[in-house]
Amino acid sequence: MSNPQTHRGFTAAMSVSETVEETLTTVEKPFGHALIAVARQNPNIVGLTADLGKYTDIDIFGQEFPNRYFQMGMAEQNLIGVAAGLSRVGYIPFATTYCVFATRRAYDFIAVDIALGRANVKIIAGLPGLTTGYGATHQGIDDLALMRAIPNMVVIDPCDATEIQQTVPAIAEYRGPVYLRILRGQVKQVLDPKTYRFELGKAKLLRQGRDLTLISTGLMTQRALQAADMLKQDGIEAIVLHVPTLKPLDQDAIIQVAEATRTVLTLENHSVLGGLGSAVADTLCMAGLSVTMAKIGIPDQFVECGSIPYLTDKYGLSIRHIVQTAKEILSWRK
Amino acid sequence: MNPTNPNKLEVKQNPPPPELIHSLRLKARQIRRNVLLMAKGKGEDYVGQGLGAADILTVLYFHEMRFDPHRLDWPDRDRFLLSTGHYSIVLFATLTELGVFPPEELSSYGADGSRFEMSACETTPGVEITGGSLGHGLSQAVGMALGSRLSGRKFRVFNFLSDGELQEGATWEAAMAAAHYKLDHLIALVDINNMQADGKTSDVMTIEPVIDKWRAFGWHAQRIDGNSLEELLIAFQTARSIQNQPKVILCYTLMGKGVPLIEQKPKAHFIRVEPHEWDFALRQLEESKV
Ligand SMILES: Cc1ncc(C[n+]2csc(CCOP(=O)(O)OP(=O)(O)O)c2C)c(N)n1
Repeated sequence: MSNPQTHRGFTAAMSVSETVEETLTTVEKPFGHALIAVARQNPNIVGLTADLGKYTDIDIFGQEFPNRYFQMGMAEQNLIGVAAGLSRVGYIPFATTYCVFATRRAYDFIAVDIALGRANVKIIAGLPGLTTGYGATHQGIDDLALMRAIPNMVVIDPCDATEIQQTVPAIAEYRGPVYLRILRGQVKQVLDPKTYRFELGKAKLLRQGRDLTLISTGLMTQRALQAADMLKQDGIEAIVLHVPTLKPLDQDAIIQVAEATRTVLTLENHSVLGGLGSAVADTLCMAGLSVTMAKIGIPDQFVECGSIPYLTDKYGLSIRHIVQTAKEILSWRK
Repeated sequence: MNPTNPNKLEVKQNPPPPELIHSLRLKARQIRRNVLLMAKGKGEDYVGQGLGAADILTVLYFHEMRFDPHRLDWPDRDRFLLSTGHYSIVLFATLTELGVFPPEELSSYGADGSRFEMSACETTPGVEITGGSLGHGLSQAVGMALGSRLSGRKFRVFNFLSDGELQEGATWEAAMAAAHYKLDHLIALVDINNMQADGKTSDVMTIEPVIDKWRAFGWHAQRIDGNSLEELLIAFQTARSIQNQPKVILCYTLMGKGVPLIEQKPKAHFIRVEPHEWDFALRQLEESKV
């Protein structure tokens, strides 16, 4: 964990992972390698990018299958349209760019060309939330909200390398449009590949507890687990429910863990508007469940350039904040 | 309208046989009749566009494309992508003429619950893409053409777009990609009627010199009278003979073509036809020489 007072960070051009925990192993380009593995089995898988092949790890797919890899240049609307066209003639395109460019620049194309007719296109989006220090133009803070709002979309925010490796074959198998956030480069392994099993549309109970429920998605699940460890030292037992698939949402699992403690803290590497926290609030409210709830996520504002540890702490996504907020909402109940 | 064009035909083609022209002219008249029957009584719709583009779709569906109306999902069919969704009227009129839809259905155009939607959606049989958000067609055509090549099926892809759609940036993203990948089995057809929503295309946002733009993007470009069956046939023949480049046929058309009453009305995105004028319009079409 970084200390904001003493941390002297810089916007790192190539730095992709936030505070790297020395104890965790990392996996190189988990998305790229997983895609190569499924493409060896399925000749209909093709890859596309919009001048970000090297930075979304699909470059190694292109080296392996040059005739199945289409460079579209820096033209995201065309990237999505071409992917739709390929899917309409029987291919399974995996199209990569960053979250911001896929969702903001090409939104209409995703909605009309892909989602409306359930085209079998997988949009693979890098730099989710605060995984880049490149500022507001590069940080995907609203992509989950935008993608959830489109009918027919499946929306996934995986936790780590293990989950990315398992998600790729699962979405290749699933017939329909998918938006998948990825972590790139050297990606941490948080979930044990021997025991963890990703299932499309299912939440995963990672930790049992009795006092408080943490519901998290994406890389925030690692922090949820670490925060739960710290809370335990203070005698607070937290449930951790990991929700990789934001749409369709595993509402039953969410209601169950919320009912167990009636104190809910959601965690996401995304704006607090329209993402996991909103989805959970919707679910609980519509189920008639009254709970004490707070949301951890990026506040409703644009974020500047900076080092990732600095931004993570400044905008309240650090473990320190999770622990603090958890204790706070528990105190509201008393 | 017959634009003067110094570069019209770069490849000399034999003139199409008169019997072919005659049979296509009959088909074009039937398609125009279907357009009128669809629009009849509606008042404000796309009758002008439908009549103007009828010759292009006639030549495509009754001569140029590899297409079987009884097997709409035939994997080897040539693809027709109607980027300009609001031209659905002429697509449905053509598909009805091919027997895909019963003629009784024509009058349901634009009615609640009808599959003849004012803006074509892929949920209706025979509609390959959903085209109402303008500027989406060419990218998908590029994707299909890449897929055609990769699969070895060698079907061709035809993308119909309007002059207004040349103002959409995405059209040019796709144009660049088509030339980069040398998609010579991709043919774009631009209906240039010099009209768009807010007025004349030349007033709203100049697109000319259109032919130079496509050529600068690496396309083989031809400029023809899009209401001349002869010119259309020759242009398609020329397009077939060109390799290693995508091809565009710039079809200069007249809104309302074939029905003098509508041809002579003030031009607008929606040409208004009064309730009492429809029967006269139909009679004018019947009386036109074929
Ligand atoms: C992306 C997009 N922007 C705006 C519109 C609204 N719109 C519908 S038709 C039209 C004019 C399009 O030009 P064109 O197809 O050349 O018009 P026409 O020849 O039918 O008059 C506009 C602006 C739209 N459908 N899609």
